[in-house]
Amino acid sequence: MSYTVLGVAGVLVAVLVDVAALQTSLVRRRAFWTAYAILLFFQLAINGLLTGIPIVRYDPGAILGWRVVYAPVEDVFFGFALILVTLSWWVWLGARVPRAAGRRHRSGRAG
Amino acid sequence: MSHFSYLVILAACVLGTLPLEFVLGVGVYAQWRRLVATLLPVVLVFCAWDAYSIRHGLWSYDRHYLVGVTLPGHLPIEELLFFVVIPLCAVLTYEAVLARRPEWTR
Repeated sequence: MSYTVLGVAGVLVAVLVDVAALQTSLVRRRAFWTAYAILLFFQLAINGLLTGIPIVRYDPGAILGWRVVYAPVEDVFFGFALILVTLSWWVWLGARVPRAAGRRHRSGRAG
Repeated sequence: MSHFSYLVILAACVLGTLPLEFVLGVGVYAQWRRLVATLLPVVLVFCAWDAYSIRHGLWSYDRHYLVGVTLPGHLPIEELLFFVVIPLCAVLTYEAVLARRPEWTR
């Protein structure tokens, strides 16, 4: 299976996890997209290093060939899936067991 | 020294986001049980994806930039750490956004 197919499938699975499975609906929230925009910027920088040096190489037959800051565009799909799944799970765990999961650090903030 | 290249990049990510915890006070490391519970399945799933991709030749790593510790599935240890560090940075960034914009309900 090519990285392109895996990447797109990963995005779809991540969205399903967020919207249907865990029902955290982060993709409908401004906070998520703001965080994702920040993370995407740093992802392109870090991934640019990893793929530009290059520390990681891709089989040309497994990718479309479109690159963004040296990295295959599929890395953007992969990164989106990783970030969305992580954040959805983090948020879900926080809503489920707000106490058992560890003391909340209030630092003077209300709520 | 080149063998530490990938590790140095990951360390920079961790160090670069520390101010979010200790200056902005997002309290992610403070919720370490929730953090571990979040990271464990993410690490497992994505390491499996990575090992699959390595086995099927989708991508490969230049050993010159790795420390040389390899896990089952020909997974460089740096990749396992990548799946710890990047999700960690994601959670820190998300909580930082909420800390700065608390009106954007989670």
